[in-house]
Amino acid sequence: MFAISIYLHRFSRWFFIYLLCVTNTPLYAALDIEIFGGGATRIPIAIVPFEAEDKLKQSVTAIVAADLQRSGLFKLIDSADFALYEPADIVYTDWTNRGANALVIGRTKMMPDGQVEIRFRLMDVAKKLQLENMVALVPVTQLRVAAHRIADIIYEALTGDVGVFSTRIAYVIKNGQKYALQVADADGHNAQSVIEYSEPIISPAWSPDGNQLAYVSFENKKPVVYIQALTTQGRKVVANFKGSNSAPAWSPDGKKLAVVLTVQGGSQIFLINADGSGLQRLSNSSGIDTEPSFSPDGRSIIFTSDRGGSPQVYRMPVTGTATGSAERLTFEGNYNVSPHFSRDGTQFTFIHRNNSKFNVAVQDFATRQMQLLTKSQFDESPSFAPNDKMILYATKIRGRGILSAVSRDGQTRQQLSVQVGDIREPAWGPLPRKK
Amino acid sequence: MKKVLGILIISLLSACASQTTQPTAEVEDRSINAGDAAGEGNVNTIDSNGANFHQLQDPNSILSKRSVYYDFDSYNVKDEYRELVSAHANFLRDNSNAQVLLQGNTDERGSREYNLALGQRRADSVKNMMTLTGARDEQIEAVSLGEEKPRAMDNDESSLGENRRTDIIYRGE
Repeated sequence: MFAISIYLHRFSRWFFIYLLCVTNTPLYAALDIEIFGGGATRIPIAIVPFEAEDKLKQSVTAIVAADLQRSGLFKLIDSADFALYEPADIVYTDWTNRGANALVIGRTKMMPDGQVEIRFRLMDVAKKLQLENMVALVPVTQLRVAAHRIADIIYEALTGDVGVFSTRIAYVIKNGQKYALQVADADGHNAQSVIEYSEPIISPAWSPDGNQLAYVSFENKKPVVYIQALTTQGRKVVANFKGSNSAPAWSPDGKKLAVVLTVQGGSQIFLINADGSGLQRLSNSSGIDTEPSFSPDGRSIIFTSDRGGSPQVYRMPVTGTATGSAERLTFEGNYNVSPHFSRDGTQFTFIHRNNSKFNVAVQDFATRQMQLLTKSQFDESPSFAPNDKMILYATKIRGRGILSAVSRDGQTRQQLSVQVGDIREPAWGPLPRKK
Repeated sequence: MKKVLGILIISLLSACASQTTQPTAEVEDRSINAGDAAGEGNVNTIDSNGANFHQLQDPNSILSKRSVYYDFDSYNVKDEYRELVSAHANFLRDNSNAQVLLQGNTDERGSREYNLALGQRRADSVKNMMTLTGARDEQIEAVSLGEEKPRAMDNDESSLGENRRTDIIYRGE
């Protein structure tokens, strides 16, 4: 009998001052990130190491810098030789000479109770103005969380978009004959197993509130859809009908899931309540209908179907039970699969087969233009970041599965890799708070 | 003498049957932790009680052959496997308590979920042939493992071909 360990803990969703102090030992080495290329118009930013942060277990500014760099939108200006902690001490010409538009300074201080006080300021170099300012008290175990939050504040102030450095990703890692469903920070660090098993796990899907993961497990000699609560460790069967049960996708209100069942013959899309009740058939074709993804308004579903002879992406209304109401969306090539809606609902990402290569593509609903974003050999399972700026996907390097992310414009790609194991089936979780 | 033989056969069969009802390690595996086990629920528990089970393991019987292989991108049962599928269908027809799980498999190219649906088509094709030959629908569950449980791990054509198959598994085995 194989024990399943559940370690996951949730952190405070609003502010990290009140974080619970939890220590978890990651089961696997942290993911590393490599960056290829980068956008043409990057914001030059100088991040001066915070006062006394060399005395901490973890440098805060190093994480902030890595986050910002990974977005592809920032150019880091060297500032390691500066000891600068207060606005009054800033010589702005030092920074205009170095080409910095923005400057980050701050202090850290070990408090008697073992917490760390972090003060941080974001300065506009040209206007000589303070843009952001924050003081926070953080347990030492939550320094990474604090750093991601600082990176989000900087990102939001300078780009006008929502930062996603505090979000989480889920994925499946295979080590030998063991499979683990893991959740990690968006930078791949702090990985924790939600469930470990000796049979395959596929298709993890985040509930809209980020508190649950639906997934498919093969532990019962066939695919069955489960929901795992991240907070309570509870697990329940959502769909275990005769035949195969797979491809869960949450409705935006979190009350229902679209699933693919073979109980009525073929692989067809059904709606089911999150508690497993209220089964309702949604698609009705003689072909394969699978990989449903809800529109953000919950009114339509895009999915893969081979009803036209080859697998292509289609869209159908969620309420429409009338047959033949699905509309074909992809026309280039004979293999377009795994569609996922963007969070703003204007586009979708999918996998396009290009000769023998499987690549990440995006398509706009309005223009119907397909754009290929990658050139690799075997890409799978693309999903948008919560701010739609990046797409997370799985790819293979020398036969081993790794995670990659590509910017929406294809300009920046990052690679997240672990030392051991074969990673697949990534899914980017929702924002930890409402916009 | 005949009577003794009959009792022997019956006890032999019931021995088989009692073996087959033992929970397997995989069934044990299903419970994540003790508290969850009750909630897992609604999983079929059926076996091949009373069937002439030994035929299924007899290497000289065609019934011991359990895999149907396919061409690339195809789910049609090839002529060379028709005899095998018919033999199992006849066995199911003659042993109304016997039940099978048909597991369709694919090679690893492409989307995992789409491959799951392709594997289902392979299992369904065997199921259809079995029901046409006299097996009842309730005796057969066709499922897919997609590309998740490859029998051969290499990426050459013979390995990929080895993974394009449907396995026939009797309940209780």
